[in-house]
Amino acid sequence: MSNSILEGVDAEGDSTADSTADSTADSTVKGTAKNAESPATTVMSMQQALNRALDEVLAENPKAVIFGEDCGRLGGVFRITDGLQAKHGTQRVFDTPLAESGILGMSVGLAMAGFHPIPEVQFDGFAYPAINQIVCQIARMNYRSRGTMPMPITLRVPSFGGIRAPEHHGESLEALFAHVPGLKVVSPSNPHEAYHLLKYAATRPDPVIFMEPKSRYWQKGEVDPGNADPSGGAPEGAKVMREGRHLTLVAWGAMVARCLQVAELAAEDGIEIEVLDLRWLKPIDTAALAASVRKTRRAVVVHEAPLTSGLGAEVAQLITQSCFDTLKAPVERVTGFDVPYPSGDLEDEYIPNIDRILFGIQRVLEYKRG
Amino acid sequence: MDTLPLAVTGDDAGPLTPAQLRELYSLMVAVRHLDTSAIAWQRQGIIPGYAPELGQEAAQVGSGYAVDTTRDFVFPTYREMGVARTMGVDMVGYMSTHKATWHGGLYDPVESRLAPIQAVVAGSVLHAVGWAHGQTLEQKDGVALTYFGDGASSQGDVHEAMNFAAVMKAPVVFFVQNNGWAISVPTDRQVAGGSVAARAAGYGMPALQIDGNDVVAVVEATRRAFGHARSGNGPVLIEAMTYRRGPHSTSDDPGRYRSLDEERDGAGADPLERLKQRLLADGAADEAFFADALAAAKAEEEQIRTGIQALGSRPGTEMFDLVFQETTPALQAQAANWREESEHV
Repeated sequence: MSNSILEGVDAEGDSTADSTADSTADSTVKGTAKNAESPATTVMSMQQALNRALDEVLAENPKAVIFGEDCGRLGGVFRITDGLQAKHGTQRVFDTPLAESGILGMSVGLAMAGFHPIPEVQFDGFAYPAINQIVCQIARMNYRSRGTMPMPITLRVPSFGGIRAPEHHGESLEALFAHVPGLKVVSPSNPHEAYHLLKYAATRPDPVIFMEPKSRYWQKGEVDPGNADPSGGAPEGAKVMREGRHLTLVAWGAMVARCLQVAELAAEDGIEIEVLDLRWLKPIDTAALAASVRKTRRAVVVHEAPLTSGLGAEVAQLITQSCFDTLKAPVERVTGFDVPYPSGDLEDEYIPNIDRILFGIQRVLEYKRG
Repeated sequence: MDTLPLAVTGDDAGPLTPAQLRELYSLMVAVRHLDTSAIAWQRQGIIPGYAPELGQEAAQVGSGYAVDTTRDFVFPTYREMGVARTMGVDMVGYMSTHKATWHGGLYDPVESRLAPIQAVVAGSVLHAVGWAHGQTLEQKDGVALTYFGDGASSQGDVHEAMNFAAVMKAPVVFFVQNNGWAISVPTDRQVAGGSVAARAAGYGMPALQIDGNDVVAVVEATRRAFGHARSGNGPVLIEAMTYRRGPHSTSDDPGRYRSLDEERDGAGADPLERLKQRLLADGAADEAFFADALAAAKAEEEQIRTGIQALGSRPGTEMFDLVFQETTPALQAQAANWREESEHV
């Protein structure tokens, strides 16, 4: 990226720069600095953070039950439920036959009986056989029953690509789920988020699709169990992971870490990028989107899912609606392509990489009206 | 077919008493009259549509009669009006689904022990398995009774449900009403092997294939199945052979796929008439009883119809308010927008 782009940014002068006057380079790591300084933090992988969250949920809520394919004795193919059956018993953590519709349909009945089911679909692509139960039953039962039969179901779905897996093991279903009335959708980007978002999701009275970025399972990070959110509140809405004033990168799941890398590189050119981790894909935190883009006046949304009718379109519209008057350029999308998720060899061509995200940023920064 | 090993024990062990037989008849007449009236309501414009269960009164009343609403739970399809009536469900609330008031009906499913009416064929069968497994986890003795038809038996969810229930020894009674028709497709074009009951063997589950038009046989079979499941022996499948005497729904035209002669032959003897003849033969009821039962059914139908006609639309805010337990800002914004725009119209 050439310096001329940056110069262009500076020369234009951001009318909203006053609101971000303190967003200097040394404040760009503010989002993560707090956790690193806290004495209560522990370094762990996302897999460990999720495991710990589930362990605590089982201990705190006697009605919580975990089940799915290989969740019990094996601890799940990703070991997210590792050790939980041994600790909490076969009544609380159990294996089911290999049928996703059965797992989700069973969740409905358990929820009707007063349980808080935390089923697992082993891989994203195998949520498809359960779509009927998810869409026609789980998402609608509270409505159909006029609120008398809530569906506190937390469906864990190892999601997205990046691990050279076979076909159907790297799908990004967030737009599909977010489109369904009655579902909520969330995706953590790091171990801290994973711990708190799962603990929060698993105590909600509504169905939540919990999309775990499987390529981040083994990445370690600081987890501060006592501090869910910098705001001191519940882990709701989006979260600024890095502050900046020239452009907002909107991402979720595994793409957040990549966007933070991009922001780091752009900073070398003097471009200060704000990275907004959307976290909740439904409901989307429109206020946080608006606040960030009102400040930066430029936005690029990044996701692994295919472009057409992806969640990026929704994000772009929400930004346009709230920031149309001040936007410097149309919201850009850097996404997967409208192709079936490719084999591992081509995976890196498909998932937005640093270069493609930088190109997207460049297109926005270079945009001229007229 | 009868592969159920255990006999009924306890309170349900004895034969039905004359009083119980009369009660069953009264229920069947009430259901028959409400069912045929609902067709008339549709023709009169009182309700937009209805899925009649004419001919299935014995299967529905008999199976519903075996339910203990203090501990069991029932998972219906959209054609279980007779079950609902037998369980004592608020029938204005139940029939409101056919008035297009609310999809699941306005009755309280938790109080009624009857899950909301739902229209996905085989959709609720797995729910019964989950609910039943919950009974196992909590060491309770409730049984889940789930209904589906010969058409639904083709759905994968039914097979997943049977396998899950059998593997987990869940206390489920799978009650199949084989009424001969899945809209226009007859059982021989639907069920390979000719019997749903035969499939139970593949899941290591006992099964009963019964005369679904004999209410006494239905009550006894369902009680046996409940006893088996309640005792921790796992699920049971009952296939009640009956006949859908009416159309699939008020929008259906059976003349396009079956003749009146075929209907007559397939339907066999009327389940109400069969019970009536038995009561007369036993000396358990006289003509005055039958007249009274019909009069009571008519009075009941009138009361339900009045209730249905008095039923207004639900407030539009419920569209938004009942989606989630915890609403979302987007939904609130849409609700506010709807309210504002609808008030200006």
